[in-house]
Amino acid sequence: MGTASATLQPQVGEDRIHYLNTSYGIKSWLLTTDHKRIAWLYLITTSFFFVVGGVSAAMMRLNLISPQGALVEPDTYNKLFTIHGLVMIFFFLAPAVPTVLGNFLIPLMIGARDVAFPRLNLLSWYIFVGAGALLLYSVAAGGVDTGWTFYTPLSTTYLNSHVVSAALAVFISGFSSILTGLNFIVTIHKMRAPGLTWFRLPLFIWAMYASSIIFVLAMPVIAITMVLLVLERLFHVGIFDPALGGDPILFEHLFWFFGHPEVYILILPSMGVISELVAAFSRRRVFGYAFVAFSSFSIAIISFLVWGHHMFVSGESLYSGIFFSAMSMLVAVPSAVKVFNWTATLYKGSVSYQAPMLYALGFIGLFTIGGLTGIFLATLALDQTLHDTYFVIAHFHYVMVGGAIMGYTGGLHYWWPKMTGRMYSDYWARLAALIIFVGFNLTFGPQFILGFLGMPRRYATYPPNFQILNVMSSAGASILAIGYLLPLIYLTYSLKYGPAAGPNPWKAKGLEWETPSPPPTHNFEHTPIVTEEAYAYGSGNTGAVTPSAS
Amino acid sequence: MALLLPYFLKEASSMAPDLDRLMWFEIGISVFFTALIFVLLFYFAIKYRRRSEDEIPPQIDGSLPFEIGWTVIPAIIMAVMFVWGVELFIRNARPPGDAVHVYVVGKQWMWKLQHPEGPREINTLHIPVGEPIELIMTSEDVIHDFSVPAFRVKMDVLPDRYTTLWFKATKTGEFHLYCDQYCGTLHSKMRGFVDVMSRDAYAQWLSGGMHHTESMAASGAKLYEQYGCITCHGTGKAPPFVGLYGSSVRLEGGQTVTADDAYIRQSILDPSSQIVLGYKPIMPTFQGQISEDQILEVIAYIKSLAGTPGAQGALPAPAKETK
Repeated sequence: MGTASATLQPQVGEDRIHYLNTSYGIKSWLLTTDHKRIAWLYLITTSFFFVVGGVSAAMMRLNLISPQGALVEPDTYNKLFTIHGLVMIFFFLAPAVPTVLGNFLIPLMIGARDVAFPRLNLLSWYIFVGAGALLLYSVAAGGVDTGWTFYTPLSTTYLNSHVVSAALAVFISGFSSILTGLNFIVTIHKMRAPGLTWFRLPLFIWAMYASSIIFVLAMPVIAITMVLLVLERLFHVGIFDPALGGDPILFEHLFWFFGHPEVYILILPSMGVISELVAAFSRRRVFGYAFVAFSSFSIAIISFLVWGHHMFVSGESLYSGIFFSAMSMLVAVPSAVKVFNWTATLYKGSVSYQAPMLYALGFIGLFTIGGLTGIFLATLALDQTLHDTYFVIAHFHYVMVGGAIMGYTGGLHYWWPKMTGRMYSDYWARLAALIIFVGFNLTFGPQFILGFLGMPRRYATYPPNFQILNVMSSAGASILAIGYLLPLIYLTYSLKYGPAAGPNPWKAKGLEWETPSPPPTHNFEHTPIVTEEAYAYGSGNTGAVTPSAS
Repeated sequence: MALLLPYFLKEASSMAPDLDRLMWFEIGISVFFTALIFVLLFYFAIKYRRRSEDEIPPQIDGSLPFEIGWTVIPAIIMAVMFVWGVELFIRNARPPGDAVHVYVVGKQWMWKLQHPEGPREINTLHIPVGEPIELIMTSEDVIHDFSVPAFRVKMDVLPDRYTTLWFKATKTGEFHLYCDQYCGTLHSKMRGFVDVMSRDAYAQWLSGGMHHTESMAASGAKLYEQYGCITCHGTGKAPPFVGLYGSSVRLEGGQTVTADDAYIRQSILDPSSQIVLGYKPIMPTFQGQISEDQILEVIAYIKSLAGTPGAQGALPAPAKETK
């Protein structure tokens, strides 16, 4: 790849055929097997679900302005937090990074023409859409108020809402995730370009691989749990409800055996994104590459052995509690290793603060807080105080929103020029990152204190002494909402009016930057041959075309 | 920090100060590491900011000593927290033998509380200060959770089994009581107060004329006749209740179980599951005929007949009965 002179502005690609202009019409999108187009299908559907989940959160925060509930009846509030949880976890957080960024980037990063099973990839999307439609039906038909955790016997015997359709939606969405995970595992094993050995892989690929394994192992558990739940609810087969001879604790075990690996499905892919961002915007190989790669695997494995920390106060035996407390502490170590390595990557780097890097720095800071507060909950004696309070809410939103969504948004900003061929306004993007950071901390910071004070989660109404902190949190949420609306505007605007990005606007390393933006349908004109390690910024082979000033 | 202090709860139980010490330790560690990461990020990001567009910084692959350092140090700190947390948890798990029992039945959406002396309450629990109280809890419907933040305790309340929770209040006053496990429509209204009274005030409250003051054991004795238990258990056709509570019972098939609350409850609701050695399986089930409150009264009655204290292997320890 030659070096273009500064006077020669890169073209967006009207002059050549790429994956976006190779064919037109709705059919060419709905029947596509191109991983890049499927990524767009997922981007649109998951963004839609993000809005659904966000609106329900906004309504919850509005309601909590007043101790008596400012907006809705308790039943409606219960439905709001159920929808918020179900939509955000199963239809936004879990799929977002893997199906949008993973789909788009895995083949590009490993120098392949597509994923291993392109048609299966499209099928995953249709299953996902079907599951989402079923969930929306449950909402439209009157809602569901089980909480995303579906605890029995409340869900199987006592509630009169649309539990069965919501449970089936979760059941179906699981298959989409399993197929995606399977597809990625095979792709990463079998389709790497010549010379691209495991230890030359970008860390994003390692993270995607680790989370794909969790997808494949954990999703069947939630699927079968949902089937059992539906069997009990519809046909009164006694599995979980003691009145029918079942055991409600069994449900908790099954649910969290899936549920805790699930939260690592949500965070691991974003950790992979952060490794890419930190390397690109420091122009440095990620400090301790092998440690960061293996830490993803340690997390994936240990994540299957920590589920009991959700049940310290459920009547679990003391010895189980001790075991799960120890394992939960252990899983924090690889997370700490990652944070330290990312931070060390900046040392003596060449650090630029373009928008994606601001999101990455935000991730590292907020994930640190989210991770450390997790240790409180893993500590047996302290969980007895903090369990099921707002402390838990604050903790996992620091990990999920401050971590997972920050990483996703950062990744989207980083690869947007690759996906679209155009740059967005860096000014507005940095402003949005700042607003999100401030709004986020104002929303969830006070919730730690609410938790220390003992305010229980899932409360539609609360004693008046909690009001000030709740109002602060709601005010923060409105700032956060503005922060999330901004990218919607300037990214959409850039689709038509953004300046051309060129193949490598960040002068970053990685195979995805060595093909034009947007990439051709088959990704690479010639199959690349890899001769160096990932992030080889010192090798001198920058191989980049000068970008336009954005 | 001073600004935050009013936001921290009163320490109103004997275990609260110990737990808070661990809490502050973890808060301190968290603040230290958060500050460390933020300072390093800002410092590096500014000191090593990009000076020219084509700058390529020196490449550093990593450092084994550093990797070992930031693996081992966090692991050691977490081991301290783990051991400390387990030690406190174990110490707080066992109630002292002389704890006063109070019975809790959760139902959508209220707390029904009953003292062995007889008084029944809804959503407000009166207890004396300075005395260990052990709650024996069950639910009539879904899973609830009994939580008193000022005491730093909580425990799920499950249908079809007993869970226990104990505390010793150290301050008088009213403290919030919450249901912490989502239980349906009015979950957020399933809250009340624990009213901690001085011993004198409590004694006065107990003997106050506002409750029916028949003790739980006495109510249980009535049920013993009313439900016809007496026809077998009083005649030798079925195991007698005197000295039963807390004793070891040999079952058909050779198993030995301790006659605790859970055993008695199960024997009432599902008698054929635990046939006492040497007796015939003739008892009918009382499932659906006897309420959770009544079962607790029957248990209180059987407890009052425990007679020989110090029965082998009793768990929980035999209750100290009504003075």
